[in-house]
Amino acid sequence: MSRIRALVGTRKGAFVLTSDGKRERWDVSGPHFGGWEIYHVKGSPADPNRLYASQCSSWFGQVIQRSNDGGKTWETVGNKFAYDGVTGTHLWYDGTPRPWEFARVWHLEPSLTDPDTVYAGVQDAAFFRTTDGGQTWQEFPGLRGHPSAASWQPGAGGLCLHTILLDPTHPGRIFVAISAAGVFRTDDAGKTWKPMNRGLRSEGIPDPNAEVGHCVHRIAMHRARPGVLFMQKHWDVMRSDDAGESWREISGNLPTDFGFPIDVHAHEPDTVYVVPIKSDSEHYLPDGKLRVYRSRTGGHEWEALTRGLPQRDCYVNVLRDAMAVDSLDPCGVYFGTTGGQVYVSADAGDSWAAIVRDLPSVVSVEVQTLA
Amino acid sequence: MIRVVLPAHLRTLAHVDGEVKLDVQGQATQRSVLDALEACYPMLRGTIRDHVTHQRRPFLRFFACEQDLSHEPPDAALPDAVATGAEPFLVVGAMAGGA
Repeated sequence: MSRIRALVGTRKGAFVLTSDGKRERWDVSGPHFGGWEIYHVKGSPADPNRLYASQCSSWFGQVIQRSNDGGKTWETVGNKFAYDGVTGTHLWYDGTPRPWEFARVWHLEPSLTDPDTVYAGVQDAAFFRTTDGGQTWQEFPGLRGHPSAASWQPGAGGLCLHTILLDPTHPGRIFVAISAAGVFRTDDAGKTWKPMNRGLRSEGIPDPNAEVGHCVHRIAMHRARPGVLFMQKHWDVMRSDDAGESWREISGNLPTDFGFPIDVHAHEPDTVYVVPIKSDSEHYLPDGKLRVYRSRTGGHEWEALTRGLPQRDCYVNVLRDAMAVDSLDPCGVYFGTTGGQVYVSADAGDSWAAIVRDLPSVVSVEVQTLA
Repeated sequence: MIRVVLPAHLRTLAHVDGEVKLDVQGQATQRSVLDALEACYPMLRGTIRDHVTHQRRPFLRFFACEQDLSHEPPDAALPDAVATGAEPFLVVGAMAGGA
């Protein structure tokens, strides 16, 4: 019978949650790296017991951990993320130039085929790769060298490259998202990059339709249909049907189209999940109700999923990397909150249960479906 | 023999309990002590000093003999009491609150 392993990053450590395929009874392991911020933990699709974790703190900087046994034991690997070549400037919050400075790794995306190859998205925004299991990391400077980079400005969380999507059908095609620059795509495995933001409209920047400068919170794809992308932007939920070349809004009847995570059902490429948040100035749920919204039509028409979720006095947030799906049938959907709850739905969102309720604030959730 | 006291998180990272004892070649300075520390415990590279600039991370301080040595030049000699092992070299994390 299949097993599920959920990898949870929190503000004070990592937790590994395991269950059988029923997804009813869970074992909780952790905290691993207690007291450290764990921005992301993710397993290799090519070797599910190979895990990578981004561990950081304001005091001690960045550490990368690797496990070869599914999270039972860990070893530190390389943590040197040095920008390649001239370190130019981007814009600071006040609009003045500021030199690029490494702060932390937001996202680790293991290769689809090689457990020793991992891509890293970092703050200040840049794209790195290791091909030796994390011992050494090299930047692909073409992204940071894009002509628009001098005009990139940070979002509230910093100038972070927070999303990396690998196209399983086009080797060399990778999508990244940067707050607050937008989506970029490479078709040559990271050497050159193009902005992919046509159709986005953002109030609060001088040109609302600018090619670059949008605060994209998260993008998602279905592996079987990688030309279709879904986006939760700062405001607006968007969709692209041409691999990012253009976008159109699909917010439809959502109660608010501000939010952070977005994900796609494992077996239904047009079933999409978001968690609407009241506003960018409040960062908590509308009406005190924790509601996941599901569209089964690829956008526009959304239904609130509430069974098993608190429907009063709930004011948590769900961060951009804190939602995931498994590949069982029915599809499992998972998310973690800033209040420390991790919820699971074993029926594609129809009903929910808390796996844990009192973890530190959850930053990221990834899920592995194990044979 | 130089004695080094690390903050708790770095002791955990380096898998050590209590003080670290180091043999330092030549004069005992901040640089030579930290070089020896990182050679023995490579997982500490980048956690005390920046990988590239070798600047002390901003939320860390270096104390010894009841003095704050954080702003001393990295190649200045450490006090004799540190060099002889009578007193430890303290790497201290700021009590900066935080969430």
